[in-house]
Amino acid sequence: MPWLADLVFILVVVIDLFLLASSRLGAAIRTVAIQGALLGTLPLLLLEERHSLGHALVLAVGALAIKGLFIPWLMFRAIREASIRREMEPIVGFVPSMVLGGAGVALAFAFSGGLPIPNGAGHPYLVPAALSTVWCGLLLIVSRKKAVNQVLGFLVLENGVFVFGLLLSDFMPIMVEAGVLLDLFAAVFVMGIVMFHINREFSSLDTEKLSALRD
Amino acid sequence: MTLRTLFHLALLLALPPLLVGIVNRTKAIVAGRRGPPLLQAYFDLAKLLRKGAVYSRTTSWVFRAGPVLGLAAIASAGLLLSMGGAPSLVAFGGDFVLFAYLLGLARFVTALAALDTGSPFEGMGAAREVTFASLAEPAMFLCLLVLARATGSLSLTGMLGPALPGAWGHSAPALVLAAIGLFVVALAENSRIPVDDPNTHLELTMIHEVMVLDHGGPDLAFILYGASMKLFLFGAILSRLVFGHGEGALAAELLFLAGILAFAVGIGLVESSMARLRMIRVPQLLVGASVLSAFALVLLLR
Amino acid sequence: MTFPLALVLGAVALPAVSGLAAVALARRPALGQAAACALLCAGAAMGVAAAATALAGGAVESAALALRLDPLGACFLLPISIVSAAGAVYGLRYHPQREAGAAAIRLQLFYGLAVAGMALLVTASHGVVFLVGWEVMALANFVLVLTDHERREVQRAAFLYLAATHVGTLALFAVFALLRQAAGSYDFAAIAGLPAGAAGGTRLFLFALLGFGMKAGLMPLHFWLPPAHAASPSHVSALMSGVVVKTGLYGLLRVTGLLDAVPAWWGVALLAAGAVSAVLGVALALAQHDLKRLLAYHTVENVGIIALGAGLALLGRARGEPALVLLGLAGAALHVVNHALFKSLLFLGVGAIQHATGSRELDRLGGLARGMRATTVLFALGAAAIAGLPPLNGFVSEWLVYLGFLGVLGRGDHLAFAAIGAPLLALVGGLAAACFAKVVGVAFLGTPRTPAAAGAHEPPPAMLAPMAALAALCAAIGLAPFAVVPPLARAAAAWARLDPAALAGPAAQAAGSAARVSLVAAALLAVAAGAWAFRRRRLAARPPAAPVETWSCGFSAPTPRIQYTGSSFAELLLSRFSWTVPVQTEGAPPRGPFPAAAAYRTHVPDPVLDEALVPTARAYGWLAGRARLLNLRRIQLQMLLVLATLVAALAWGFVW
Repeated sequence: MPWLADLVFILVVVIDLFLLASSRLGAAIRTVAIQGALLGTLPLLLLEERHSLGHALVLAVGALAIKGLFIPWLMFRAIREASIRREMEPIVGFVPSMVLGGAGVALAFAFSGGLPIPNGAGHPYLVPAALSTVWCGLLLIVSRKKAVNQVLGFLVLENGVFVFGLLLSDFMPIMVEAGVLLDLFAAVFVMGIVMFHINREFSSLDTEKLSALRD
Repeated sequence: MTLRTLFHLALLLALPPLLVGIVNRTKAIVAGRRGPPLLQAYFDLAKLLRKGAVYSRTTSWVFRAGPVLGLAAIASAGLLLSMGGAPSLVAFGGDFVLFAYLLGLARFVTALAALDTGSPFEGMGAAREVTFASLAEPAMFLCLLVLARATGSLSLTGMLGPALPGAWGHSAPALVLAAIGLFVVALAENSRIPVDDPNTHLELTMIHEVMVLDHGGPDLAFILYGASMKLFLFGAILSRLVFGHGEGALAAELLFLAGILAFAVGIGLVESSMARLRMIRVPQLLVGASVLSAFALVLLLR
Repeated sequence: MTFPLALVLGAVALPAVSGLAAVALARRPALGQAAACALLCAGAAMGVAAAATALAGGAVESAALALRLDPLGACFLLPISIVSAAGAVYGLRYHPQREAGAAAIRLQLFYGLAVAGMALLVTASHGVVFLVGWEVMALANFVLVLTDHERREVQRAAFLYLAATHVGTLALFAVFALLRQAAGSYDFAAIAGLPAGAAGGTRLFLFALLGFGMKAGLMPLHFWLPPAHAASPSHVSALMSGVVVKTGLYGLLRVTGLLDAVPAWWGVALLAAGAVSAVLGVALALAQHDLKRLLAYHTVENVGIIALGAGLALLGRARGEPALVLLGLAGAALHVVNHALFKSLLFLGVGAIQHATGSRELDRLGGLARGMRATTVLFALGAAAIAGLPPLNGFVSEWLVYLGFLGVLGRGDHLAFAAIGAPLLALVGGLAAACFAKVVGVAFLGTPRTPAAAGAHEPPPAMLAPMAALAALCAAIGLAPFAVVPPLARAAAAWARLDPAALAGPAAQAAGSAARVSLVAAALLAVAAGAWAFRRRRLAARPPAAPVETWSCGFSAPTPRIQYTGSSFAELLLSRFSWTVPVQTEGAPPRGPFPAAAAYRTHVPDPVLDEALVPTARAYGWLAGRARLLNLRRIQLQMLLVLATLVAALAWGFVW
């Protein structure tokens, strides 16, 4: 059902825009989890005759488990340690980051038709949704002050890359996809350790305090 | 002037206070109370029209003219609206621009009347009202642009008319996003929770209520009637947008009426389930609605 | 010499000599000023008549005198004549020669010269004639800005204006040189039809944007506008804001209209410049508390709106869309006329306020409606017009520009994305309405904040009459928009050098829609009248109650100080825009339980002037100071330096 996949793509972009506006950490983590779970359904929705069902099923379950359940659980543990619940006004400001995100989404949808990407004709929303998600993830990383929000931005970025990866799933074997997921897992693990150390040093997860470090 | 047009004119003039009654009743039922009668707003208007008015020494002709002009502007905007899929009384390409700017005229004269009293509370209400309204305007325009592109018409009659069911067939996601955006704009323009609390007693948390603090008698009646008519206008657009599938005139009209009543109940439910947003979060909500509607437009434009 | 040509010549010549009447009758100041005013008004009447002739269908031309008045030029000549006449009558009591003496004589002399220069440049059909008119206007304006030359900020503003206008003129020399190089002559008739690429392409467009944009006040070339318009007397500010900046837009339209095969990116560039000017102009205007600076920033905003219309028209020509050409140019040309009308009305109103209270600081006014009833009504009309509210003229021109944006919505290519201009225009309109609600509310309504405001009186009839005339024109255009669509269609056809029949279809559609706008406006007035009558009857039935203090939730002794000020009103909006409009606040907050004195001041630096140009100029001055070290003591070392430079230049010439 192609329109179901298009609906998922649109929902993913709407979730991106919502993340740019939200200031509550709990809601943001849950939203990223929902986005991950949605993306987990995509391999099954994009299934065509020549793909193997088992391959797609493994991918879907893996994405759902890691993106939708495990990583959010890690994040909740991290913020419980640091006991913070809210983001202060970020560097760019909520309204400008929403406007910038919206502009990026508009540009992605307007001009992605001109990009020479193979296999994109079947689902016209795939490439723009992936580009938009990557853009919103980058915006989150750059503009937020709290380390947890930056990790969320990285997760969103990886979600965008995952959608791109689905495009090429014809040509790439399962190992590369598994590699992407493993890389994601490792990165979040490392970031968790870093957050633990920042918190221990400063009793806060505000990355602005890192600028106080001197030689 | 067909029978249908007369019926719509009668609806425009007679139905709005009932919507206010439905909203209040819904809120009361959700809170576990019985609530005021559904026709309470009519009784209030009649009572106010019977009363005299006391004017402050500070006010001038602006204070007396404000409610009159405001009501006239909103009623004229009603002439442009297409209800139940039928053509509106006056229709032309770009008439929704006139519609939006007539509502802006009503807001302008109400703000001036508020500033005329020389009171800090009214000044505060006027400042907030014009701020949030200027942020809600782009959102409303974007939603109407989505409708225009989806139906291929530049007039409210065409946008809400027979082309709408076909538009749902091929642009459903964009129209859903536009409906959400338009609902947020309706909440903002009619001063409902989460933008404003119509029942608060704290002046520091009011926006629209505090602007009309010093009006009384027939002036207050005009203002309340105008506000309910504005609620009706937004309800009419949303009802037709969401429920516009009727085949044949009678089915379309019944669906339209049901939609407006559902809109009123929906507002009551939203007001009962949410708290009012902090003042600095309201612009973020409105910009969010704009960005969402812009995304819906981009979906249609590509 | 045909009669219309005589009218055009009269429109140029009579204002030019009007100032001489004031000089000649210097010993009888009242008579001299009245004679000058009469001469100028006669010239203005001839200008209006000539413009009406041109708009009705026939272009007025004379090859021998290098003059040509076509419908597009008529759209600009009309506001020039009307605003100059209104200002002259206003000046009879605002700046009387009896009191101001030599300054008033100088003002009238150069006022007439400025008007003559403008009339010359919109009727010119030869590049040199155009530039002569342009320079006469620019220099005359410089002297006009310097009217109160004893004040420091007036000197600074005039210098800034002079520097800016001459940078622009330099760019214009480049434009006309390029055109002559391509066409072989300065005559517009020879230039017409040249392809844009042959005439210099990108270079030409950039020079034109620099030169004409500097005069028009498009961002970021607007920096000279607020100081200059705030420093001059009110009727001069009205002239400058109302018509002088429009000549820049006329030049831009004329140059791009003469060329063929205009690339689409020119239109997009103009759209972008217009959007930035409109949004930032109104945001900066919100932060001002000096009434004249506020109005000057609104001029920047409205120039942006006109540029949006012009950009749409250019895009339409590039893509071959007659409907877009019509709607864009009609909106732009009508907004030129409308803005001239309501901006001059507002400036004349500010002059009346200054005349009555001695201040144009918003937070020192208040409650002026009590003593200045007529001024309040006229100013409120002007405010509603500039906010684009129906049923006045501002709405009609903005609606035409909206129609242009909506026209691209149905297309299938990337041009449809230009429709994003419509919500942007809505944002600008909302902010403008907010700003003028603030101005009218804080200045005229409420209670007076200072004794000067309490003692305000109505200005004399000579000052009220021009304002009333301008307001009547605003209302007339707003209530009868269908009457102005045909002349605007002719102007669009003349500009794009298209056959009028090509635009007839869209023009008829626009006229039909405009007729329905009038219908709704009439309905609005009828319902308002009916509601007012109903209210009177209901109130007449009860005995009137005595007036009391404002209830305000129970204040027993309200003072004027508790009212909302202009800064408070704008603060909520400006905190959203803090990334473009940095508001600097300074002051001493009240201390202790019984504070003695406190102060609070807000100031908004202009982003281009104060953040970019002044630091750059300062850095350049520092650099130049350092370079003085090269001014060595011994003359032999100086000679050695000259010799070394010469050798280096020769070596460079040989190596390359």
